[in-house]
Amino acid sequence: MTVLSASGLVKSYGGVKAVRGVDLRVDAGELLALIGPNGAGKSTCFNMLMGQIAPDAGRVELLGADITGQAPRRIWRQGVGRTFQITATFASMLVRENVQTALMSRHRRLGNLFLSATKLYAEGALALLERVGMADQAERPCSVLAYGDLKRVELAMALANDPKLLLMDEPTAGMAPTERQAMMALVAKLARESRIAVLFTEHDMDAVFTHADRIVVLNRGRVIAEGEPADVRADELVQRVYLGGGTMFGHV
Amino acid sequence: MDFSSIVVQFLNGLAGASSLFLVAAGLSLIFGVTRVVNFAHGSFYMLGLFLAYSLAGRFGGTPTGFWISLLVSALVVGVVGALVEIVILRRTYRSPELFQLLATFAVVLVIKDVALAIWGADSLLGRRAPGLSGSFQFFGKVIPAYDLVLIAAGPVVLGLLWLIVRRTRFGRLVRAATQDREMVGALGVNEAWLFTGVFFLGSFLAGLGGAIVLPREPANLSLDIAVIADAFVVVVVGGMGSLPGAYLAALLIAEVKALCIAIGDVSMFGYTVSFSRLTLVVEFVVMAVVLVVRPYGLLGRPSATPRAQVAIMAASRPPRGRWILLVIAVLAVAPLLIDRYSIVLLNDVLVFALFAASLHFFMGTGGMISFGHAAYFGIGAYAAALLLKRAGLQMEVALTLAPVAGGIAALFFGWFCVRLSGVYLAMLTLAFAQIAWSIAYQWDALTGGSNGMVGVWPAAWLADKAAFYWLTLGVTVVGVLWLWRMASSPFGYGLRAGRDSPLRAEALGIDVRRQQWFTFGVVGAVAAAAGALYAFSKGSISPDVMGIQRSVDALVMVLLGGVHSLVGPLVGAAVLTWLQDEIIRDTEYWRGLLGLAILALVLLLPQGLAGARDLWRRKPA
Repeated sequence: MTVLSASGLVKSYGGVKAVRGVDLRVDAGELLALIGPNGAGKSTCFNMLMGQIAPDAGRVELLGADITGQAPRRIWRQGVGRTFQITATFASMLVRENVQTALMSRHRRLGNLFLSATKLYAEGALALLERVGMADQAERPCSVLAYGDLKRVELAMALANDPKLLLMDEPTAGMAPTERQAMMALVAKLARESRIAVLFTEHDMDAVFTHADRIVVLNRGRVIAEGEPADVRADELVQRVYLGGGTMFGHV
Repeated sequence: MDFSSIVVQFLNGLAGASSLFLVAAGLSLIFGVTRVVNFAHGSFYMLGLFLAYSLAGRFGGTPTGFWISLLVSALVVGVVGALVEIVILRRTYRSPELFQLLATFAVVLVIKDVALAIWGADSLLGRRAPGLSGSFQFFGKVIPAYDLVLIAAGPVVLGLLWLIVRRTRFGRLVRAATQDREMVGALGVNEAWLFTGVFFLGSFLAGLGGAIVLPREPANLSLDIAVIADAFVVVVVGGMGSLPGAYLAALLIAEVKALCIAIGDVSMFGYTVSFSRLTLVVEFVVMAVVLVVRPYGLLGRPSATPRAQVAIMAASRPPRGRWILLVIAVLAVAPLLIDRYSIVLLNDVLVFALFAASLHFFMGTGGMISFGHAAYFGIGAYAAALLLKRAGLQMEVALTLAPVAGGIAALFFGWFCVRLSGVYLAMLTLAFAQIAWSIAYQWDALTGGSNGMVGVWPAAWLADKAAFYWLTLGVTVVGVLWLWRMASSPFGYGLRAGRDSPLRAEALGIDVRRQQWFTFGVVGAVAAAAGALYAFSKGSISPDVMGIQRSVDALVMVLLGGVHSLVGPLVGAAVLTWLQDEIIRDTEYWRGLLGLAILALVLLLPQGLAGARDLWRRKPA
């Protein structure tokens, strides 16, 4: 079942065409990696999918419904969770409270000015932290966590809305090699169990080729290759782009 | 109104713009490089004018002596500014940003009393410039010759500043630091002397702005606050850190004001509108309009490296229930044990505690800064008085409806303010507070103008001071407990989420702007309740209830008590109210002493009074 499909995405900044006609499709339970050299347009693509920036042209559909250019908070309501390249969590709160806040938002309880919220959805929050392996750190302030653990907290918050799609911008950036593998294995497991579609960008090729079901390679704003890891690895154009065959500046 | 009077007012506006530009340019430079919002900048202007009065009075008989006197005045002010940076501000750069604000407030108070001691409380009009004391005819109107000097001064200084900023090493560092201060430090630039240099230059400009208006404006002690408000408006309208923007904005505002004076009284639909009396309102309306259309000012750009706007505050838990009960019990029996004077003082403490607690929620939980919180306090006070006196409602009804009025007004102001963030938001709150103030000040028929309203007394059963005190205690306890509860309610969590990471909050479906907008309404209602209690406890009100000074008092209370602690604003309100009362009785220089006390606290206890407890316990924050 197709969860996310984007077609003909275009975005220019002044004279720079950052993304020039990208099509993407992610199925339920599938891990799709979006890779490419610096400046290939990965982040721009990502931000268009999540509503951070509006595309100049093209269409984004979630389960068949048009979500092009909607605000991030509306897209989240329709079942899209997100993690950021530089982790964004609520530093003044405990780990548990971070996830509780996400659950309060999901259940539309944030307008209540009188109730004490310290216990609200605490069990649900613990259950989510259990799923990402952070339950034992639930009562620690977010501000003292190691970077890799923060990424897990972000993941728990992204899961709070039972997402159909997870958008993860470099989920393992800033982690140690062993942590990376553990993180990607966790994401893969969650995707299989809950039939979540996962779209992620990543610079760590080990993580990509070990865990992705399919890979889309971008260069200079266009898709230059797409397929299963083995096919992409064998693709001559991809090799030239990554090994510096000069294609980045020439005509593709 | 004819053509010649428009031209004359246009020239008048040009002359007024120059001095305004000098002050604003200095403020803008200082903020750009050091990120210090220098509230003492208006005081530097005032100091420049007073110094010029004395020096030119003594040596200004000849043209050379006169101009050298003005220059020396500005240089002295520059040195004062540099000293303030070296002695005080340099020690606060590692404290939360707001502490620098508190320190500059203290400097305002100290300079005001130094000026009072040296020059006295009367307005002093300075000597005219030798050789330029005459005037000439222009389209049949008289123009003072000195105005031509003023008209030229703005563009000349703008040109010189442009050369300094574009062509010197110092200027290159200033530009670099304005874009990314941390990077400049990382590149091995001696930040300490860069900051001192910028403070010298900025203060020099403020001093010069004051000195050159010597033949035109009388020097007096109220200039500091008036000028800082004007300078904020100019800097924000022009765009932070943009010198041409500051000139453009100074010109725009001076011309709009001059135009209002030229238009004078206009009769429309049977009403007479006096535009010449609307100058105060108009200035801030211009600012509000510009900021809504161009949130970063006319020539400003969004900050290249947005850092956290308010130091992130861990939500501290309220004190334990039994401590709360104990404090309430002590406060409740207090009137039986103390004299009448002390009951009135304690009543003031409670009123200001509620007021400060509402600002604390806005800043601590909401993560926004307000320079104009007195607006809601004042609107509450005026709403109570108007409902009682003009609408003839019962006191109890007026007291109940006042918070509603405050909440609605705050929602109206907030609708504009939440479109901005950081210092821009804070400046816009100041603008709205000034609009509210000038309406109260100038609408004689409704509000009694500068005299205010008298006979705003509570109902008969509350006439006794102790009875009214118990009412105040009840309202304050309910209000403060509600604010504390709200900080840990779902709304409070959502608000803190938006404060800690707007990006993450939006990605979790939270409408950050709407949460902030509601916060305006909530704190506006609570502050208005405090204002209404204040009005009834005094029996009279005047525009002072919503003056800048009261907004500053509220900020001082919150910062003094410590933003980190829920108890902080209550402690701060008690200490400041008590200090003011105590010092006023003993000396006419209470402001200066208060300023010194605040400076001592800032330098010794950077976490505020309530933070001292943690220091003592050695508890990790």
